[in-house]
Amino acid sequence: MTSNDLDFEGWVCPAPLRDTPAIVMGHGGGGAMSGELIEQLFLPAFGSAARADLGDSALVTVDGARLAFSTDSFVVKPMFFPGGSIGDLAVNGTVNDLAMVGATPLFLSTAFILAEGTELADIGRVATAIGKAAEAAGVQLVTGDTKVVDSGSGDGVYVNTAGIGVVPAGVDINPTRATVGDAVLVSGDIGVHGIAVMSCREGLEFGTTVVSDTAPLHGLVADMLATGADVHVLRDPTRGGVSATLNEIARASRVGIELVENDLPIPETVRDACGLLGLDPLQVANEGKLLAIVPADRAEEVLDVMRRHPLGQGARQIGTCVPDHPRMVVARTGLGGTRVVDLPIGEQLPRIC
Amino acid sequence: MCLAVPGRVLSITEADQTLMAEVDFGGVHKQVCLQYIPDVRVDEYVMVHVGFAIQRLDEQSALETLANFEKLGILEEEFGDGFALAAKQAGQTQAGGSR
Amino acid sequence: MKYLDEFSNPELARKLLDQIHAATTQPWAMMEVCGGQTHSIIRHGIDQLLPEGVEMIHGPGCPVCVTPLEIIDKALAIAERPEVIFCSFGDMLRVPGSQKDLFTIKSRGGDVRVVYSPLDALKLARENPDREVVFFGIGFETTAPANAMTVYQAKRLNVPNFTLLVSHVLVPPAIAAIMESPTCRVQAFLAAGHVCSVMGTAEYPPLTEKYQVPIVVTGFEPLDILEGIRRTVVQLETGRHELENAYPRAVRAEGNPAAMEMLRDVFDVTDRSWRGIGMIPGSGWKLSERYADFDAEQRFQVTDIHTDESPICRSGEVLQGLIKPHECAAFGKECTPRNPLGATMVSSEGACAAYYTYRRLELVDAR
Repeated sequence: MTSNDLDFEGWVCPAPLRDTPAIVMGHGGGGAMSGELIEQLFLPAFGSAARADLGDSALVTVDGARLAFSTDSFVVKPMFFPGGSIGDLAVNGTVNDLAMVGATPLFLSTAFILAEGTELADIGRVATAIGKAAEAAGVQLVTGDTKVVDSGSGDGVYVNTAGIGVVPAGVDINPTRATVGDAVLVSGDIGVHGIAVMSCREGLEFGTTVVSDTAPLHGLVADMLATGADVHVLRDPTRGGVSATLNEIARASRVGIELVENDLPIPETVRDACGLLGLDPLQVANEGKLLAIVPADRAEEVLDVMRRHPLGQGARQIGTCVPDHPRMVVARTGLGGTRVVDLPIGEQLPRIC
Repeated sequence: MCLAVPGRVLSITEADQTLMAEVDFGGVHKQVCLQYIPDVRVDEYVMVHVGFAIQRLDEQSALETLANFEKLGILEEEFGDGFALAAKQAGQTQAGGSR
Repeated sequence: MKYLDEFSNPELARKLLDQIHAATTQPWAMMEVCGGQTHSIIRHGIDQLLPEGVEMIHGPGCPVCVTPLEIIDKALAIAERPEVIFCSFGDMLRVPGSQKDLFTIKSRGGDVRVVYSPLDALKLARENPDREVVFFGIGFETTAPANAMTVYQAKRLNVPNFTLLVSHVLVPPAIAAIMESPTCRVQAFLAAGHVCSVMGTAEYPPLTEKYQVPIVVTGFEPLDILEGIRRTVVQLETGRHELENAYPRAVRAEGNPAAMEMLRDVFDVTDRSWRGIGMIPGSGWKLSERYADFDAEQRFQVTDIHTDESPICRSGEVLQGLIKPHECAAFGKECTPRNPLGATMVSSEGACAAYYTYRRLELVDAR
């Protein structure tokens, strides 16, 4: 039950406003504040009706069949960016949430909230993108809804998708299973999506060849599982980047994670954009990428299989689960020093210093 | 203070009588104001801070600096007092040298 | 990025470190002035790799950290006004004022926008003639030319709805103030490389003479910082106190004359209060009379400001290099990046934030 809003319209508020009676942008950041909102407002309010799983999808059993069920809302601005649109994210986002628990995604619902005044042509483009993405992912769009709100409530298109998939027997992937000694793998280049979207953001526009890496990952996951390896954790490092995701896993599993900076696959274009704006690539959002935590003795084999899949060609090991500093992620710097890789509080802000 | 990064000037234009350039930062392009380095030419490198070129980057100097770093320690090893150097470094290590 | 990545080369870093180790025979305490240098040192673990006795004291070169509380509160008051589009660098958005910060204002409906360059704010002003656009012009001498050019353009192009809220601070008076402090332990300075890209190096030899301290103009990449430290150690070991330029690719003795001319036209020197440190005479710039029409403080006449610093915050002592962040009792407890009591815990280059973000590991273990 993660909130996957990709809102770049306003920089997310990371300040601590536990005492304010109102929602602030930081609550949608996917970081610490979002977690608080869920744990301290929604879950207690839902009471006994709530059964909140920790992973990206909920696993439910119905008549013996194990189903994965996930929902996500997409509010990204700009709606169209290099490499994709809100439509692609809406499909791939939910497909990937299902894939991260090992499910084969089957059916999606699509609900639209359209602001009055939005160009029909733009809505058409988004819908076309949704159709194409669903086809590419092999899922069917089986139900949906449309509402219109007056133009004062926001602009453009808000999309919610919910998805159902089937989880094969014997698959047990969840963020509490990372174990000391496990290898931390990434499926390819990091920081790509966030930079692609940021490059068209008002006030920051910069020319770049970086295009969003949005993609459905269940095919890659299926190949990985077919090796028979006991994959412990899968997560797609979306909002908050690799840093947020690994910190969440470290906390859920109560292990330490050690990364090697020199092993991080950061494309030069991403590095340069981050350098220009003063951003940490580890905190930049990714889309069609996954992090996998697997037993060390199966790591090479899993990497081999990943590299043979179009979405895993850049796969490599970036770190290890360690007994030291449990619940913290630490990186060995290029110079041989160490530094803590911190959980982002909110969205990263470009800086001058 | 001062996140300034080096970039290569790709093209120079004028907008509102202000000298602007398209600058390449290894693949990322951005519009930069050149008013403070008005005589810069295409293909030269400049240091850019918040959308302004604040100083030239002296390529020759950059390469010399790197070359000097490469040479560090070599002359000492060849001509210095090897025993003294080794003894000093051994003393340093015991006193708590590099971690 | 060319002429950047090469200056992170680990083998060359190793050579520089070896040289530093070989040269050091006794403890030395040096201050890196610039917050960007602090950030780089902590982020790359350079402080962990230096000889035991060589101590980096983190200086007040974080413009976000030292912007006076009163100016922050004025910024907040202006940003709250419905007719205002308040533009700022990203660094300033989380800095706590007496009660709130710019993010709070935004969440309550204020039009607060992050921009990369002050020219973006001017563009917004031209595109929104019915709104008042205010740009928060903070920074050291490095950033001042950008703010100067922007307000110069505003005047030349006649953009009446644009104003600048100015709070510039200067490095040389800060160095003097630090050396004048009776509790000063600093024996040498790594001067801020990009400040000198603009201003040149002429202001520093008088300081080396007066205070008998080496001053080495230093860059920001790992190799640049190590070279700055190396040259400083060599000077200290040989009893010298000179100005050296260890960042020649981006710093010339004469600085940038065109920028300096613009700065003389647009700004006047003023006394400035540094948050956490106090009043340092002649340590700031304000808009000159010719540009009074573009001064946000005059346009908005924000007067009833009552500043209210957290009583347990020790930012000032951190900024003066008197304590290290983890020596403050509130560090990591009441005061974290999520719940900052002072600006040094908010700014990405504030020493407290750097220590919290990158060094929590050792500090937690040590405690």
